[in-house]
Amino acid sequence: MIDSTIPQDAARQKFDGGVAAGLDSPQRPFGHFKDVHKTFKRSGQAPLAAIDTVSFDLHAGQLISLLGPSGCGKTTFLRIAAGLIPKTSGTVEINGAEVERPQPDFGMVFQQSNLMPWRTVLKNVLFPIEIQGDTQGASGERAIELLSLVGLSGFETAYPAQLSGGMQQRVALCRALVHRPKLLLMDEPFGALDELTRMEMQDLLLDIRAKTAATVMLVTHSISEAVYLSDKVAVFSTRPAKIADFIPVDLPYPRRPETRYTPEFTELEHRAGRALGITR
Amino acid sequence: MSSQNLARSIYPVLGIVVILALWQLYTWWSGISPLVLPSPLEIASVSVKRYDLLLQQTWPTLIETILGFALALLIGIPLAVFVANSRLFNLVLYPILVATQSIPKVAIAPIILVWFGLGISSKLALAFLVAFFPIVVDTATGLQATPPGLLDLAHALCASRRQVFFKVQFPAALPFIFAGSKVAITLAVIGAVIGEFVGSVTGLGNLVLAANSQLDGPLAWAALVWLSALGILLFAAVALAERLMMPWERAGEP
Repeated sequence: MIDSTIPQDAARQKFDGGVAAGLDSPQRPFGHFKDVHKTFKRSGQAPLAAIDTVSFDLHAGQLISLLGPSGCGKTTFLRIAAGLIPKTSGTVEINGAEVERPQPDFGMVFQQSNLMPWRTVLKNVLFPIEIQGDTQGASGERAIELLSLVGLSGFETAYPAQLSGGMQQRVALCRALVHRPKLLLMDEPFGALDELTRMEMQDLLLDIRAKTAATVMLVTHSISEAVYLSDKVAVFSTRPAKIADFIPVDLPYPRRPETRYTPEFTELEHRAGRALGITR
Repeated sequence: MSSQNLARSIYPVLGIVVILALWQLYTWWSGISPLVLPSPLEIASVSVKRYDLLLQQTWPTLIETILGFALALLIGIPLAVFVANSRLFNLVLYPILVATQSIPKVAIAPIILVWFGLGISSKLALAFLVAFFPIVVDTATGLQATPPGLLDLAHALCASRRQVFFKVQFPAALPFIFAGSKVAITLAVIGAVIGEFVGSVTGLGNLVLAANSQLDGPLAWAALVWLSALGILLFAAVALAERLMMPWERAGEP
């Protein structure tokens, strides 16, 4: 069932090397989060409410950022969406099904690259295929294609220890995309990188996303990163988390580094800052 | 290859040469009996001249050591897997392991001899007993030290328990397993020699005892030299296996 009105389809025909786009059905958006609540039980201590209530919708092909201060529960929310930890109550529906455990058709990028030092770059990228079995064939070619897309052609047989931090994170991005996930979840993916590498990676992510129609949910604590990358920014309050503001970012894609210096960009940053209680 | 590398190999050799020279001079000047302290040159000459006898006595010790070490790997690694993955096994087995480890191996050697006799099996058992502990402890530690990020990744991809173990936990524990093995192989030589001391008719340990009782100091010392050479060679073999099985460990080096 393919809805040809989805604009990203044109992009997918150009390059089918990335994420298989999930689709909004007429009844439901691709991702639907309603009154999601999480309390951690702790032995010998009072229970800890990490997420108060969080509700929003995620539409197919969107890139949404979860922006908030450290320890506010945004990573917890992402891990619930990934099915890695259970929610206490509420609804987490992605691609028409309740998420209660990890989903094979999600891709994940962590703050650390989490590459296996004993595997070469190519074998690291192919790890998801190895775990899930090669259902589509030609995954080797696809992995090589992805690596060239992130500028790592020629590094297929290198070990992670031979790469810089930014290169390692690019390999991790390829690994998250290799099995054509319906949803890409990113947990502060560029948080461990230096500022220049970080900006480079942001442009790379936008580039890949333009070519693949990826639906992306990304956790960050950088206001400018959230505004620069996203269609929508969900600003989380301090713990226990609520949505402090849900900001539509109406800056046109493709965005370029110059976009950061436009008045519209500054205004959006300002709005996010106000929601975070940093600026008035 | 830099001057730093050169220095790293030259200085230890220099230290050994100086000690041997001082030793040699002392035996010349003091006229000490070769039974008490033979000179390095004498030991070296016997080590080469009695090559046949020494080599013949090396085989039993080598076989006891390798078999004991292999048995320790064969039993130790699966046991470590249980200890690392099951809380019950951990609670039940760990204290027992530590308790048995605190028994001096020399003290139980006579009992082992009663159980297994004068043949190879008693030496093998002692080599196994001393080699076993570091392998279990290091392997279990390694299996429990899997980086949590890698486990998250595997779980997010819906990996089975089996896949998590073979594709993540075990390879991540390999450096620990080799660290334990390097300790274990040198201990296994000691275990085999203890067994030979307590009751045996062959082996380098037995040769040390026999030469001593025949007041042949230089031969006893030559047997000691061969024993330490054996230990070093076995250690080097494990280190070589480590390099071959973990090529990525050298990948980060310039």
